Amino acid sequence: MSRLSAAGVARAAVVFGALALFPFAFPAHWVVNLAIFTVMYAGLASSWNLLGGFSGYLSLGHAAFFGIGAYAIGILFTHIGVGAGYKPFVVLPAVGVAVALLSVPIGWVALRVRAATFAIVTISLLFVVQQLAFNLHGLTNGSQGLALPFPHFAPATYERPFYWAMLAVFALSMLACWYVRGSKLGLMLHTVRDDEDRARGVGVDVTTAKVIAFAVSVGLTAMIGGIWAYYIAFVYPQFAVDPLVTIGAVLMAFLGGKGTIWGPALGAFILVPVQQYLAYKLGASQLYLVGYASVFLAIMLLLPRGILPSIEDRRARRRADPRGPDVDGSGAPSRAEQVVA
Amino acid sequence: MHLLIQASLLGLLTGGVYALMASGLTLAFGVMKVINVAQGALIILGAYLSYSLFTQLHIDPFVGILIVAPLSFALGVALQLVFIRPLRADEREELSLLVTWAIALAIEGVLSVIYHTTYRTTLTSYANESVTIAGYHFSVVRLMAFGMSAVILLALYLLLSRTSLGRSIRATVQNPTSARLLGIDAARVSAIGFGISAATATAAGAVYGIIYPFNPGSHYDLISRLLTIVVLGGLGSLGGAVVAALAMGVGEAVFAAEVSPTWSSFTFFVVLIAVLLVRPQGLFGVRERGAL
Repeated sequence: MSRLSAAGVARAAVVFGALALFPFAFPAHWVVNLAIFTVMYAGLASSWNLLGGFSGYLSLGHAAFFGIGAYAIGILFTHIGVGAGYKPFVVLPAVGVAVALLSVPIGWVALRVRAATFAIVTISLLFVVQQLAFNLHGLTNGSQGLALPFPHFAPATYERPFYWAMLAVFALSMLACWYVRGSKLGLMLHTVRDDEDRARGVGVDVTTAKVIAFAVSVGLTAMIGGIWAYYIAFVYPQFAVDPLVTIGAVLMAFLGGKGTIWGPALGAFILVPVQQYLAYKLGASQLYLVGYASVFLAIMLLLPRGILPSIEDRRARRRADPRGPDVDGSGAPSRAEQVVA
Repeated sequence: MHLLIQASLLGLLTGGVYALMASGLTLAFGVMKVINVAQGALIILGAYLSYSLFTQLHIDPFVGILIVAPLSFALGVALQLVFIRPLRADEREELSLLVTWAIALAIEGVLSVIYHTTYRTTLTSYANESVTIAGYHFSVVRLMAFGMSAVILLALYLLLSRTSLGRSIRATVQNPTSARLLGIDAARVSAIGFGISAATATAAGAVYGIIYPFNPGSHYDLISRLLTIVVLGGLGSLGGAVVAALAMGVGEAVFAAEVSPTWSSFTFFVVLIAVLLVRPQGLFGVRERGAL
């Protein structure tokens, strides 16, 4: 089937064209720095969406792979000597592929359990990787962390290579989401989300579909972690494997609309500036956490289905019944609403 | 051999406290399908509250539980009413993870603002005392903590098995729709269940604060262990959680004594993976809804 619609291509071209040219329009260091984190989270949320949004498997441990990517770049620098300048960007795809392959057995074990148990297993994974980062002194230098050399990019445009690298991985995540959604794999993941037992019963190879989605998703996450490490130039266990990184990306996917193509990115473009503003205003005190948690709770309670699906619902309702919106405004009907505990 | 037994006994005492912490978590899941990631933060909250009672008003942490637990019962009921209840039932399991995670962050933030991030311990007069029984050393605090956990767990068991509230809770766990048809006020049961869960957390926190140094960020370490325990025991199974907690306590202590203390926290995760490979539903779990 032909999946390339003119409108879709135009939308992608405009968004990514504008993002690519962004540093020329707003060259100030702090703006580009903010843009790097925004695009980083857009990439994280989109790659999370590939598994969490499409198959419904809520992973809360993606930061583990973000950290593995960060340490991979750090270790390549300090132990192998990958070279300076643009070379780390060149080895990045190899890191992504290696982490994706490494994640296959992990995903195979973790994806044997569902729903909340899966989420719990991924949380455990996060703490396993953090412990490893603390304990494997020889490789990771433990709690003292790894220091990466600063590359000799021109000071005036220092952030730009990192920005474009982040943008490239973000684009790759979006491309993966778009491709998967229109493919047979996407259909398989969709059946997993709706009714995994029935899908398995009619002969869908659900395990393969889930493991592939998991591997691609965490491979992309690891690449983003690698760029982050090179940009920050320090890799500590508690920052490289940070639960807040996962939870941030998941929150953004929920805000924009998980399971949609553009939703997670939209969520990131809204939330990262808010997050950075809160960190800037309240960063010194721990009030930052309280502010962040409040935003978080407000989104979860007021807009659990996300922005794009809510708009889509409204549009569909208007089409179905031009006389007006429905009374309860609850969106899709829920058979479970009758058994609310 | 002496070391092995000593380590096992120590692990058993620690496991008892873990069992108390995990009981609330598994109860909340059983009644409401809620994974309460904030359980760890509530434990740390309990530790701070009894720390304050001890340093400001000189109330012994074990006595302080009588003040702290009712307060946190009310807090638990409030959290359930405000944040958990509005979630739609078909999404509650996954959304509750995120919502309670946010609650954990909020508690961590508030505690950091009030107490800052330095490590503290509730240093009671008997904190470092120990007794020797048949050649084995026992810290007095750990013995008392174990005893208290056992008493509270027994009370919880009696509450669930002997009272009409307990019957309502168990009915809701087994089949919420039928329970409602039989006239059980599910909303009330859920709120009370969450309150009990929070109360057990802070009670455990009071003794946690005597045994270990803690700061507002300590809840991550706790919750990762507790979640592993309840998955091992089978989500929603109270007996499973107790057995898993004792087993993990012993496993960790023996590993620390015999192999390496640095890697002892890994025993949790290694066992978790092993169990998932053989029994994805946990040791005592049932595939559909859990039974207490």
